[in-house]
Amino acid sequence: MPAPLLVPAVLGVLFLALPLVGLLVRTPWSQLGPQLAAPGVGQALRLSLVSATLATLLSLLMGVPLAWVLARSRARGRTVLRALVTVPLVLPPVVGGVALFLVLGRQGLVGSWLDDAFGITIPFSTTAVVIAETFVAMPFLVISVEGALRAADARFEDVAATLGAGRWTTFRRVTLPMVAPGIAAGAVLCWARALGEFGATITFAGNFPGTTQTMPLAVYLALQRDPDAAIVLSVLLLGVSLATLLLLRDRWLGRAGVP
Amino acid sequence: MRKTACGVAAVLPALLAGCGASGAGPGGDGPTGTLTVFAAASLTDAFPELGKRLEEDNPGLTVQFSFAGSSALATQISQGAPADVFASADQAQMAVVASAGRTDGEPQVFARNAPRIAVPEGNPAAVTGLADFAREELALAVCAPDVPCGAAAEAVFAAAGVPPRPDTLEEDVRAALTKVELGEVDAALVYASDVAAAGGAVEGIAFPEAEQVVNDYPVCVLDGARNAAAARAFVDLVLSAEGRRVLTDAGLRAP
Amino acid sequence: MSLRAAVSVRRGTLDLQLDVEVADGEVLAVLGPNGAGKSTLLRVLAGLLLPDSGVVVVDGATWDDDGTHLPASRRSLGMVFQDALLFPHLSVADNVAFGLRTRGTGRTAARAAADDRLARVGLEGMGGRRPAELSGGQAQRAALARALVGEPALLLLDEPLSALDARTRLTVRAELRRHLAEFRGSTVLVTHDPVDAMALADRVVVVEDGRVVQAGTPHEVARCPRTDYVARLGGLALLPGTGEGRTVRVENGGVVAVAEEARGPVFAAIRPESVALYLSRPDGSPRNVWPVTLAGATPHGATVRCDLSGEVPLVADVTATAFAELGLTPGAPAWAVVKASEVTVYER
Repeated sequence: MPAPLLVPAVLGVLFLALPLVGLLVRTPWSQLGPQLAAPGVGQALRLSLVSATLATLLSLLMGVPLAWVLARSRARGRTVLRALVTVPLVLPPVVGGVALFLVLGRQGLVGSWLDDAFGITIPFSTTAVVIAETFVAMPFLVISVEGALRAADARFEDVAATLGAGRWTTFRRVTLPMVAPGIAAGAVLCWARALGEFGATITFAGNFPGTTQTMPLAVYLALQRDPDAAIVLSVLLLGVSLATLLLLRDRWLGRAGVP
Repeated sequence: MRKTACGVAAVLPALLAGCGASGAGPGGDGPTGTLTVFAAASLTDAFPELGKRLEEDNPGLTVQFSFAGSSALATQISQGAPADVFASADQAQMAVVASAGRTDGEPQVFARNAPRIAVPEGNPAAVTGLADFAREELALAVCAPDVPCGAAAEAVFAAAGVPPRPDTLEEDVRAALTKVELGEVDAALVYASDVAAAGGAVEGIAFPEAEQVVNDYPVCVLDGARNAAAARAFVDLVLSAEGRRVLTDAGLRAP
Repeated sequence: MSLRAAVSVRRGTLDLQLDVEVADGEVLAVLGPNGAGKSTLLRVLAGLLLPDSGVVVVDGATWDDDGTHLPASRRSLGMVFQDALLFPHLSVADNVAFGLRTRGTGRTAARAAADDRLARVGLEGMGGRRPAELSGGQAQRAALARALVGEPALLLLDEPLSALDARTRLTVRAELRRHLAEFRGSTVLVTHDPVDAMALADRVVVVEDGRVVQAGTPHEVARCPRTDYVARLGGLALLPGTGEGRTVRVENGGVVAVAEEARGPVFAAIRPESVALYLSRPDGSPRNVWPVTLAGATPHGATVRCDLSGEVPLVADVTATAFAELGLTPGAPAWAVVKASEVTVYER
């Protein structure tokens, strides 16, 4: 392997892995048991996993069609659309949370109408957590799926059309299965981002144990009081998410492993 | 012999305020360079004004601030952050810094802050006092118990005998205030200084139980300060009558 | 006429104006260099590309006309692309059954029809495989099965053999010829290889720069090229016959010696530049010496293309000087000589 590649690659690994090592070295392992048994930890972890998963599903539902539009349409507004999609990537999440208030809050453009017409208020609810996470995480899915769609051979869609498949059937039976690995990768990225989401969530959904306090919020607050507890919680979050991803990966490889 | 601003100020605050003013007077050998002040988020409005005055009195001096939650700042300072002065919103976080060996002299209380109920302009939910925090139909914000304003809130509600039913436990007082400003909560328990800082968008409601949990704001020059002279000058200014006026304007009380 | 199309497309530098007609059971080859607009024509016929103007009528049904555009998915057609383009995520059988399923055939019936069709293209028992497990030739056969399984009115072949290696191309071409003979609908074959056109088509149109420059049977086009392009590519004498070991007996009764073993129905193909002409029977022992008669001569640049009739009909390119020295006039007898190694033989 050529040194100009190897050396930066090794540096990159160290750069990414050493903070993790630092975290593990500092982890007070004897406290692990008591911290995990502490009230609210299981609740926060469960809420994190559930809301990140819901956010990923919501992102798939909206993001895959959006990626298709970005990848396939030749409309002139496409560049603007793509820029809009990446806005949540550059927006500080806290600002994203405020922006969500301005739309979905009690005084928001849509939120005030929801409140008046249906008595629905979104902020400070688990729904708000899912919305905030979706807002921040969906662009990762969209960009990833759009890339997969662009890389996919569009001629297969022509073939499907000559075989009597309308655009919807083509999308469902040809395009979607062919970009499935890209969608899976995007979903993983999206899920991971949603799981770690902090700023938009604490702003838009607030922080309340059981309803809106996800693990990152619990970690942040623990840091104010007891850094050791915060480290334990971080390691727990890390462990659970890594285990989930490895498990899913095995399953995919098991199914799609046939060459 | 090394005198510390904090130490002297403890004995003779008035005199020292005078000394500070003369020491930093125009044309004198005032401090120059850059001064870095780590200050509690609730000082965001008052301190820049004091910094500006110090700069005016000392040409060649630049004062920069880092505002954040006191506990976050305390952590940073304990980890060796290059700060010259620390102004905390409570004694507990100053104690964290002291136990990390970074205080230079005794911290001095320069202001006090009392809890206050913040409601959006016009008080749409007709909140009148602490008892309203038990109304389930209201959207209510209180600081999380892990941060100073949350600890204060717990004490207030205990004193009042009101079981609060908040919708969110905020990570810091400014986040709680933001939600009031946006009208997303009907009331939040914040500090008087926060209500003053929010201007017209927020109305403050005082309540008697607040007097039991007024918290002290200590300030201290930090050990290892790179600009110790300027640090002492700043602390002197904060403790002076002039400093007190600026702090009072920002909703804080004199100690 | 089963397919009637008059198509006009302008895209970038391409200005396509083509009229084609193909009868039921007929195979029309559209021959031309890259960029001539051949594939664009196919895309219009398939409904994948909207023509600027034009008419496409198949079996009396209007597919394209002013204000009418039937989407590709509603046209009764099958299309085979250069790369087989089998859906990689589906089994071979599911690929073949795809068109039936989209048109409403039940799962079991579609699967049965797919298996049947796969057997007919020589892929019996391979339905369960993934496309990646097939060889190039097998994949192209499966693609043909997929295109034909729905019994379409129109079959479109876009360079169906050009991605295959030379050996595979020969066998797949022969099979394709058989399937086209059985196919009852109209076929349009787009190719830049004259051998494909000669071997597979009933009629050829030559397209250059978006226009038809020549049309006719393969032999007509080969013998009387009207442009340099056709002259360069065409002129191939394609002799159907029967392989008898190292010789091929052609249909007119002549015998062609070949370099490789040949059995059964084959084509013997001879390029015009491989044919030498003499006024008297040459000495020595060349294995292919045939008496011929000059049926026609067309000058082409520095060469003259000679149309030769006889028991082995040929086309010969000779230099203008040599042609003048021979002093040949139409109807004059001559001897044609071809080395056995210059004769290409392939199954038909």
